[in-house]
Amino acid sequence: MENPIVTPSELKTEEFVVNIGPQHPATHGVLRVEATLDGEIIKDVLPHLGYIHRGIEKMTESLGYKQSIFLTSRMDYLSAHINNHLCALAIEKAAQIEVPARAKAIRIIMDELQRLTSHELWWGSCAMDIGAVTPFFLAFRDRERILELFEQNTGNRLTMSYIIPGGVMNDIRPDFVPKLKELIKSIKDYRKEYDQLITGNFIFQHRTQGIGILSKEQAISLGCTGPTARASGLSCDIRKLYPYDGYEKLDFKEVIDYGCDNWARYVVRMEEMNQSIHIIEQLLDNMPTGEYRTKLKGVLKLPAGEYYQRVESARGELGVYIVSDGGAKPYRMKFRTPCYSNLGAVKPISVGMKIADLMANMATIDLVIPDMDR
Amino acid sequence: MKALYNYLKEVAFAFVSLANGLLLTLKYFVTPWKSIITENYPDNRNNPSVADEFAGEVILIHDENNEHKCTACTLCQLACPNNSIQIISKQVETEDGKKKKVLDKWVYHLEMCTFCKQCIDACPQDAIKMTNSYELSCFDRSTLTKILNQPGSKLKEKPKVTAKVQE
Ligand code: SF4
Ligand code: SF4
Repeated sequence: MENPIVTPSELKTEEFVVNIGPQHPATHGVLRVEATLDGEIIKDVLPHLGYIHRGIEKMTESLGYKQSIFLTSRMDYLSAHINNHLCALAIEKAAQIEVPARAKAIRIIMDELQRLTSHELWWGSCAMDIGAVTPFFLAFRDRERILELFEQNTGNRLTMSYIIPGGVMNDIRPDFVPKLKELIKSIKDYRKEYDQLITGNFIFQHRTQGIGILSKEQAISLGCTGPTARASGLSCDIRKLYPYDGYEKLDFKEVIDYGCDNWARYVVRMEEMNQSIHIIEQLLDNMPTGEYRTKLKGVLKLPAGEYYQRVESARGELGVYIVSDGGAKPYRMKFRTPCYSNLGAVKPISVGMKIADLMANMATIDLVIPDMDR
Repeated sequence: MKALYNYLKEVAFAFVSLANGLLLTLKYFVTPWKSIITENYPDNRNNPSVADEFAGEVILIHDENNEHKCTACTLCQLACPNNSIQIISKQVETEDGKKKKVLDKWVYHLEMCTFCKQCIDACPQDAIKMTNSYELSCFDRSTLTKILNQPGSKLKEKPKVTAKVQE
């Protein structure tokens, strides 16, 4: 009789493909990741896009310049103010519109508040991807207070369409500054709770430290920007390199870490929250008074030419390239969104790791799917 | 020996760090009122905490005489990014024989509105505004297309014009 026992050398494992998404809680949106696995080890990662493509770039070609701004809040919905700011800046640069000092200050405060909400949400969902549920509730509690402030002053909570060419849509309420001061104080207290709950947590540290290494060279060649690249030691903060709307007058640090791993990306974002608070505090004490908006004509026309403008969104460098033929509608509007470039980093940092680390890697890169798909 | 010591130290640190986090959870467990931000939504309907500035649906402002300020200039229609507004005007003959364009129907497609406030911004007469209503869902899509000018309403005459009529 033949011996049924198989020796280990005869044992063959077969690679198999796992589809994560498009409806998976860890991808935070409709992204499908095709992971090729050998046992638990990741051999290949292939992201599939296109599930939420809305053709925003094409739609802008049939809308006016003022109207395309509201579309941009739908790209990266977690940094809607910053997206609106980008478009407003590009149009102002092209049409040479002066912006009042008060509008500039309001814009920066809103941008930084938006960065805070975005990073808070990221903190909650990142911890949830790694396995902790409590942080999600704490993050939403703190984000809610900022959203309430947005609701009172801009009219909307998520897609604001508040920053427009020439300034901002309406003035802030008189009680905005005292309320924000109070809020900043409580956010500072809550930041300590974040550290107590997650930063010092042994399990979280072991799930992130030394995992998902993205070297500086890789970050440059993939075009990564934002906290993802800054955690690899690459200086790429647009607010420092190409300051806009008065960032050059403010005192803040560009947060850079050389750890290159998930932990470094976590640390960079946590420190960026502190820097955002610091920026807001500087502006609150001396808010300029006066006009909040330059009135523009009903139909805005840009002189023929090509314009490029970039801002630092919560996820990295956000750019817009406008080609104008002198008409009331853009000939072409191309957005350079940070998440699309950062998505490229998922494969190099995940290959060779365990499948459970893929979730942690995607969480710390902070992907927003509508931002890549547009 | 050293390795064992390090291992035990790590285990101890792990327990301390976990206990530290659990302490926070425990704190909120025994003092939940410190962080409540949720609302008893359907129960507080009469007294909702929605800001007055919240951009809900668009309305045409009518005063007590059932008069509005819309001159049917269609600027809001042009400003709207997704054609949620249709201004239907008609020609009427005034007393002195001149033809005049007046508003017939102010059609608002709530189902297509993105609450971007461009129309409010564009209106030169401040005839429209946004209310802070938020319970906008309904069972039938057709009820979302609304005619905003109330039946029988008319354009608010400018003071100068009324003075002429009185002469
Ligand atoms: S709020 Fe915006 S989408 Fe809605 S009707 Fe006005 S312009 Fe159109
Ligand atoms: S609501 Fe205002 S902008 Fe629209 S048609 Fe009437 S007057 Fe013109």
